[in-house]
Amino acid sequence: MSEHQPSSSDPSLSRRKFLASGAAGAAALAGLGTASRAFGGLSPEVAEHLAAGTVTLGSYETGAGIKALAAASKAFTKKTGTAVKINTVDHNTFQEQINSYLQGHPDDAFTWFAGYRMQFFASKGLATPLDDVWKALTPQMPPSIKAASTGLDGHQYLVPNKNYPWAVYYRKSLWKANGYTVPKTWDQYIALAKKMKADGLTPIAFTDKDGWPAMGTFDIINMRVNGYQFHVDLMAGKEGWDTPQARAVFNQWAELLPYYSQGALGLTWQDGAVQLEKKQAGMFLLGGFVTSNFQPANQPDIDFFPFPSINSKWGQDSIDAPIDGYMLSKKPKNLDGAKQLVGFFGTAQAINIYNPLNPGNLAVNIHADKSHYTPLQKKEAALIASTKHIAQYMDRDTRPDFASTVMIPSLQSFLNNPKDVNGLTKSIQKQKKAIFGS
Amino acid sequence: MTSAALTAARAKRAAPKRVGLPRVGLHAFLIVTTLLWISPIVWAVFTAFRPYGDTSLHGYVSWPRQFNFDNFTTAWTQADLPHYFFNSIIVAVPAIILILLFSSSVAFVVSRLSFRWNVPLLIFFMSANLLPQQVILQPLYRLYLRIPLPLWLSDSGYVYDSYIGLIAINVAFQTGFCTFVLSNYMKTIPKSLGEAARVDGAGVARQFFQIILPLCRPALAALATLEFTFIYNDFLWALILIQNGSKRPITAALNNLQGEFFTDNNLLAAGALMTAIPTILVFAALQRHFVNGLTLGAKKG
Amino acid sequence: MATDIATSMGAGGARERKRAVRLSTGDRIAVTVMVGIPVLVTGGLIWFPTIASILLSFTNWDGIGGLHTIHWIGTTNYRQIATIYPAFWPALEHNLYWLGALAFIGTPFGMLLAYQLDKRVRGSRIYQSLLYVPVVIAPAIIGLISELILSPTQGLLNNLFEDPAHGHLTDWLGNPSLNLWAVLVFACWRHASYIMILYLAGLKALDPSLREAAAIDGAGEWHAFRTVVLPALKPINIVLVVVTVIESLRAFDIVYIINHGRNGLELLSVLITDNIIGEASRIGYGSAIAVVLLVISLVPIIIFVWNSFQEQEA
Repeated sequence: MSEHQPSSSDPSLSRRKFLASGAAGAAALAGLGTASRAFGGLSPEVAEHLAAGTVTLGSYETGAGIKALAAASKAFTKKTGTAVKINTVDHNTFQEQINSYLQGHPDDAFTWFAGYRMQFFASKGLATPLDDVWKALTPQMPPSIKAASTGLDGHQYLVPNKNYPWAVYYRKSLWKANGYTVPKTWDQYIALAKKMKADGLTPIAFTDKDGWPAMGTFDIINMRVNGYQFHVDLMAGKEGWDTPQARAVFNQWAELLPYYSQGALGLTWQDGAVQLEKKQAGMFLLGGFVTSNFQPANQPDIDFFPFPSINSKWGQDSIDAPIDGYMLSKKPKNLDGAKQLVGFFGTAQAINIYNPLNPGNLAVNIHADKSHYTPLQKKEAALIASTKHIAQYMDRDTRPDFASTVMIPSLQSFLNNPKDVNGLTKSIQKQKKAIFGS
Repeated sequence: MTSAALTAARAKRAAPKRVGLPRVGLHAFLIVTTLLWISPIVWAVFTAFRPYGDTSLHGYVSWPRQFNFDNFTTAWTQADLPHYFFNSIIVAVPAIILILLFSSSVAFVVSRLSFRWNVPLLIFFMSANLLPQQVILQPLYRLYLRIPLPLWLSDSGYVYDSYIGLIAINVAFQTGFCTFVLSNYMKTIPKSLGEAARVDGAGVARQFFQIILPLCRPALAALATLEFTFIYNDFLWALILIQNGSKRPITAALNNLQGEFFTDNNLLAAGALMTAIPTILVFAALQRHFVNGLTLGAKKG
Repeated sequence: MATDIATSMGAGGARERKRAVRLSTGDRIAVTVMVGIPVLVTGGLIWFPTIASILLSFTNWDGIGGLHTIHWIGTTNYRQIATIYPAFWPALEHNLYWLGALAFIGTPFGMLLAYQLDKRVRGSRIYQSLLYVPVVIAPAIIGLISELILSPTQGLLNNLFEDPAHGHLTDWLGNPSLNLWAVLVFACWRHASYIMILYLAGLKALDPSLREAAAIDGAGEWHAFRTVVLPALKPINIVLVVVTVIESLRAFDIVYIINHGRNGLELLSVLITDNIIGEASRIGYGSAIAVVLLVISLVPIIIFVWNSFQEQEA
């Protein structure tokens, strides 16, 4: 099935339209002065935009997501008469160039994530507060979601629309055949892994060539051992890494290593999903997207359980469930239109248009239509709804430079050498001080 | 060494070779090496013809249960290859023309006219190409944001997010290497030609355009091939200096085949192979000039 | 302004004749334009940002905000890179291994290929085209090829010689003691092709009488190569040496596409990218690493140009 970009964002049309109207408008608007300030300067096409009522939207959607977003945008245009011009850049590139994007000539609104990554840019003045938009949205969103959309200064900066959980996935038929039961505690988890190993399976699929999957394991073990608050503080740089608590996480984690996939650091998560699907591995801690390339026949066979509890004080009260949403750039050319747009995207109406076209996502709006969810998705939604504390995943919860230049290599180094936890945490702490400043 | 002996030797070499053992060995070596050399690429081509479902079920090292063009057609449309290819051409063609024009100009001055500044000029240009791209990206980005352009040159109103900006940095970055090659090449052109023209009253500009430049055609063709490869495959400049997704070059098209989490590697392979075809075609077409061109450049220091 | 006196330079070998020639005004304008515009473009777009980057390496700027947000911190970045950045010294080491592999395997093999192709073999154009392909294919394909061949569970090597399905496998990509060598095979593969074309061009320019003379002498092929061909191609040899050094210092594509340049595949250019590009923008820090790379790169540049300068004088 081929993917087409819908006409409202057809690049060649818009380019021609720009040049044509720009040429005409330039003469008329010459008086406004085209040689303007560098950052967020007005260009003549802007005036033309405002006249027609257009909002620009930067998006990192790929594949089916492009269609879904376009459909939701069309619905917005139908409702309000304001056109939406979508600027799509592939997902990885969008993330890579976010700094230069937000400081250059960003679109009025853009797709982004919740968590510190959002708070970071908001605190640098690169986003517009959305408190007034949230007035209407607050009754429609769970409190944990609103908290995740709030910046460091207490104002909201993100309108969320979807999320997914991180949990331990497995194949029901394999478990039934071998008589496994869902573990609720750490000891049960280890015992299960031992049993799986004796049965000739790789108990826990683990794949960290790309560096980020390991963060999921660190996060969940940290939240289980030290509680949600310590985890959040650690991510925010308020706690140190060479503390007994942080070291305890690594030491706990080390118990799992004998049960991991062989050659874990050379495998991608897709390799892990293959191991799960082929019944070579018993369980896999990953996000809900793990099923995205399973054979359709095998999809109903997937189930999950939340990561087992380690310290009964915390139980299973937290999970990683990253949230995606929309933000406004620093000085949108069409401020009102942009606010209306993101406000609309947060409503159940919009997500009900979006979700069917980009399946596999869970809506955050409590009024969203969940009837087309698969049984698995229903269970995932219930998990998120019933969990007290939602974290956003390490690379969204902490400073991006810390996550990518320090944590990814450090976690890989731990996996290569789990014995030297003291040395590792000392090294992380030194680098953390250099980056956070304290 | 008498000239007679030399002539005899030359005649011997020119005569058709009988296939002796050394020749067979040479052919064998070349065939085996070439096969080994391209086997990874052949393997990638083979994989591109298999749907992802097939390889994830049976592994990459398996007989294909399904073998079709699906990945290629999907890549063509999903990645919107023609559109991004066109973008790359918009950048590459003017850039190559300007690179060759600038580098031949400087090479001409440096190799055929003598100034105090020849060697410093050469160092100035060559070092520019030897620096890693990442070094200059941030300041360049800031610079581009501050230079306004009329709308008919850039629909963003600035050098940032414009093809002109992309062309300009490619030109600046690649001119050094070409300057060096062409300066060597031009030194081999007999100066008698230049002198004859000068005696006839031709100025520097005429000497350059009408005499020297045409003689450099092989070297220019060679460099055009290399430069096309470099510019076409580059992704760093566009990453930071272009904001609008639809303006990005062909390397971005491949990124469009990657999902947020999941990547169909076979699809990506099909797309990547298709994007490689233009560079291979350019090379194959110009290769005759290519080898001859660099030849004369290397002859003399 | 002193009158420009142009001396015509001749191709070496023949008799040198130097004659002072006065440039007309029109000519002076032409020369100014021909040199001036490229100088402006290169100076403005390359050298100016480079100097800015060097200055930035003494700051702790994060790339967000105007000039007023830049704070001078002296050599702190350099100290941190050398002492607390776990990836730096390994990266330097890997770049040196890269240099060794290219210099002792990649380049010589490329030269060998060129030498064999030069022997007027039938179909040499086809061999040339095919052997050149590794240079033109994009990193994305090399990344995929590395997966196809080296993936612990799905790759060709392990599936042919071991049993990944039952846990018997070699982790070519994830084992930090192994992966650099596996990657260097690919790097040499590509580099040899590049060198092949450069050297072939040089060989084709070689005066045939030189080689005939050596052949008639009855010297062995290796002897002829060493004593006749190699010295005659000195200018090309210099190009090869510098290209090899620069390619190993600038190596980036292959490791980046395989695993983002981590866990045994660290390289200086990757460290720079990590710190400058992307959300993790530690511009000052990344610029400091870039300056280190710049300084290391300048050594071959200086050697190269000095040699080239000597050639000009000859």
